[in-house]
Amino acid sequence: MIDAPGIAFQILQSVFVVLAAPLLMGWANQCRAWLQNRSAPSILLPYYTLGKLFHKDAVMARNASALFRITPYVLFGCMWLAAGIVPVLATDLPFAPAADIIALVGVFALARVFSALAAMDIGTAFGGLGARREMLIGFLAEPAMLMTLFTAAFISGSTQLNTIVETLARREFAIYPSLAFAAVAFLMVLLAENARIPIDNPTTHLELTMIHEAMILEYSARHLALIEWAAAIKLFAYVTIGIALFVPWGIAEAGNWGALPLAFVALAAKLALAGAGLAFLEMLLAKLRLFLAPEFLSTAFLLGVLGMLTHFLAHA
Amino acid sequence: MLMLPAHSLLSVSFLAAAAWCAIAVLSLIPANEAFLARKFAFPLGALVGLALAAAGLQAIWLAAPEQMTLPLGLPDLPFHLRLDPLAGYFLMLLGAVSAGVSVYAAGYFREETAGRLALIALEYHLFLASMAFVILADDAYLFMVAWETMALSSYFLVTTDHKLPAIRSAGFLYLLLAHLGALAILLCFGVMSGGHGDYSFAALRNAHLQPQWATVAFLLAFFGFGAKAGMIPLHAWLPEAHPAAPTPVSALMSGIMLKTAIYGMIRVIFDLIGNVRWEWGMLVLAIGAGTTLFGVLYALMQHDLKRLLAYHSVENIGIILLGFGMSMVFLGFGYPAAAALGLIAALYHALNHAVFKSLLFLGAGSILKSTGQRNLNRMGGLIHKMPQTAFYFLVGALAISALPPLNGFVSEWLTFQTALQAPILENGVVRSLLPLFAATLALAGALTAMCFVKVYGIAFLGRPRETQPPGQAPAGENGHDAGLPERFGMAWLTAGCFVLGLFPTGFVLMLNRVTVSLTGHGLHKAALESSWLWMVPISPARASYSPIVFLIVIVSVTLLTFVIVRRYFHGRVRYSEPWGCGYSEVTARTQDTADAFGQPIRHVFGPLYLMKRHMPGPDDASPRFSLKIYDRHWYWLYLPLARLTEFVSSKIALLQQGKISIYLLYSFLTLIALLVFVR
Repeated sequence: MIDAPGIAFQILQSVFVVLAAPLLMGWANQCRAWLQNRSAPSILLPYYTLGKLFHKDAVMARNASALFRITPYVLFGCMWLAAGIVPVLATDLPFAPAADIIALVGVFALARVFSALAAMDIGTAFGGLGARREMLIGFLAEPAMLMTLFTAAFISGSTQLNTIVETLARREFAIYPSLAFAAVAFLMVLLAENARIPIDNPTTHLELTMIHEAMILEYSARHLALIEWAAAIKLFAYVTIGIALFVPWGIAEAGNWGALPLAFVALAAKLALAGAGLAFLEMLLAKLRLFLAPEFLSTAFLLGVLGMLTHFLAHA
Repeated sequence: MLMLPAHSLLSVSFLAAAAWCAIAVLSLIPANEAFLARKFAFPLGALVGLALAAAGLQAIWLAAPEQMTLPLGLPDLPFHLRLDPLAGYFLMLLGAVSAGVSVYAAGYFREETAGRLALIALEYHLFLASMAFVILADDAYLFMVAWETMALSSYFLVTTDHKLPAIRSAGFLYLLLAHLGALAILLCFGVMSGGHGDYSFAALRNAHLQPQWATVAFLLAFFGFGAKAGMIPLHAWLPEAHPAAPTPVSALMSGIMLKTAIYGMIRVIFDLIGNVRWEWGMLVLAIGAGTTLFGVLYALMQHDLKRLLAYHSVENIGIILLGFGMSMVFLGFGYPAAAALGLIAALYHALNHAVFKSLLFLGAGSILKSTGQRNLNRMGGLIHKMPQTAFYFLVGALAISALPPLNGFVSEWLTFQTALQAPILENGVVRSLLPLFAATLALAGALTAMCFVKVYGIAFLGRPRETQPPGQAPAGENGHDAGLPERFGMAWLTAGCFVLGLFPTGFVLMLNRVTVSLTGHGLHKAALESSWLWMVPISPARASYSPIVFLIVIVSVTLLTFVIVRRYFHGRVRYSEPWGCGYSEVTARTQDTADAFGQPIRHVFGPLYLMKRHMPGPDDASPRFSLKIYDRHWYWLYLPLARLTEFVSSKIALLQQGKISIYLLYSFLTLIALLVFVR
């Protein structure tokens, strides 16, 4: 199961994801600027920001505990692990059997718990506020996410992400009603989990309704850089999970190294579309009131359940 | 491993239980300020626990159960003992977890007065011994004797501080529900024996019940043991009794005693009644799902740390019931391999919960001892004063939140995998319901994470919230870390969380032995060939999980990031005051409180709670906001029942006239009636 080229590819792919993640962020921001008729920033702006942050001196509250210091690294590590599990270019990932989709949701939950704890560490009002809201979104999004993934797991008879992708990529092109429901639910979870409009506003700072930004108010310099970078990897991972589940065509299957260039082009095209689509959605939607978020996410959950039931009905 | 002669494991287990009894009696010696109880009782009890755990662990691989008849009990009713893999597993749970708790108790009870200490040591070890006998019992008679001893000894432990009225009433409620449960269990044994008068488990196992009587026996066993396990709607004693008891006792009750109820359920339903029906499984699943959600939603509303943990015990019993119920459904439909997976998930979660919940209770005990507080709203910043306790508590909190790679995740993962086997079922309704129960589990898991972010964030992180209330030590003098024995006990259980989380394959294969001995079937062949590194519950293509690889990857990339950041950039830090977002006067009182943290939940799940809120008016001289959350079960179940009982007993009380002539008249009338009817 584990061979040297496989491991090399595994490492290369996860490094690729880590390095490419801010690019998706930059592309989405650029698209949004165009749509809003502003002059767009460079697509490389996220990298410049990260570089600037890494060079600054960190400012830390006097009563920060060790937990506060290690959290940025833990977050980054969790997201890196997630980046290693998701099949982005090829399904030949030797480490993928270590964690299936349920464990993947577990990794995101682990990261969320650590960031919420770190937010409460300093003891300011905003930190607790952000942590509370983040956990609210989390507990609503997690079951919805699992329902979507379960639908895919039922179709392919496996909870291994790479097996699911191989099964789904081989099927002929047709619209599966169960997957259509699941795709809508997944999109809603993606928006909520990555602090995008309509749940949270990624461009805001110091707004009473903020969630993600409220949690990281106390962070600066390299810690902030790691957290922002981890957020970029998270968005990238979610988008690639969505691509893998719902539009997997073009991904290189296990052992087929010749298909990699094609897989790379397909991925770039899909990501470009996804980033533009994200910006377009953020153009169209307005931010919801915080207490409408449960309705938004329970809709996602119900869509996920409907997708699963549709699958059972279709295969009764 | 050393091979011992036949019956030896049972003898070791019996001797261990007897040794606990001996320690209990010896602790009563008052010489030298209860010297024995103070210095030796609890460490010895921990050693006995380890011996019992070792014997139980070995018993899991027993080919044939060991049996023994004791020359004790009533003339024609000797005590029968039996050790099979199921009993061995629960003995291991009891021994291993109690060892950690006993070491902790050795430190925790150090400052008690001699009289109280001797009594606590007596009741504590009797409690442990009675739980061992519940697991070893092989006839209904010994089982009930041990069961009642367990209830009584724990009742006296709960009411250690019996001078407080609240604790007395908590103890009474506990005793009441424990006896209602015991009554149902007794009736269940009666139904199973069918009037033949032979109450040995061998006879009950061989009795072939008619389906309707089997269902009656199942219902009696399920609700009887359920009352002890704390499933809704019989959970009411749990959030009252657990906070009332001294902390190590809360840990034992929540960690181990609830599991003896799970043991009883599995023993009676799978082993003695047998022929499990899927309809029973659906009932178990429905109640399990309700218990899970109810437990965690009410836990989120608590600010008393021990009460909060007690509600989480309710939740975790629900999770165990979910695995158990899925197993019954699959067995009822004739899929033994899927049923084995469900049972393994339930049993695994029983052990996991025993370990992390005891750990969390012990952590709560250290906080209580160090700060004198159980109220979360008065804590804060404890990580600075008690760093080691904070670490152990963090591990427990992550484990109970079902986060990988710790142990809580493994058993929930196995439960999910069981639910995902639903497509093999023919019954369309059941097939689509099982994943919904899994969704309940997902929701409960995420809510648990929220609750423990609240607990940990408010107790250990942030800044100290309130100045100490009058009459307690000023803030500077308290807040030391736990003592050495306490820390050792917590470290033992923390290690348990890691071992159970990182080496799941060994435990799954071990539990496979238990299910084979119970139902005659185990997991699929592919699952049994999984190596220690990769856990495969069904087949490798279907699902696998490797916590070790998971941990290695996450630790190495985290360290790599750290090294890279430090190597290519710098590690300079400037310290300053927290940033108040431009507001000055940001004090420790502006932090979230435990109640505030639960506010979104109150908003989302409002109709499920019974809330009484008092808002101060605009011209209130001394405005106070108050919010109380009540358990709805009190109002629709317990209070009506209590009123009915009072009404009925007030009518029956008419018989009591207090005059001897009236009572003689009753005897006379009874005699006449007997003469008329029984000729």
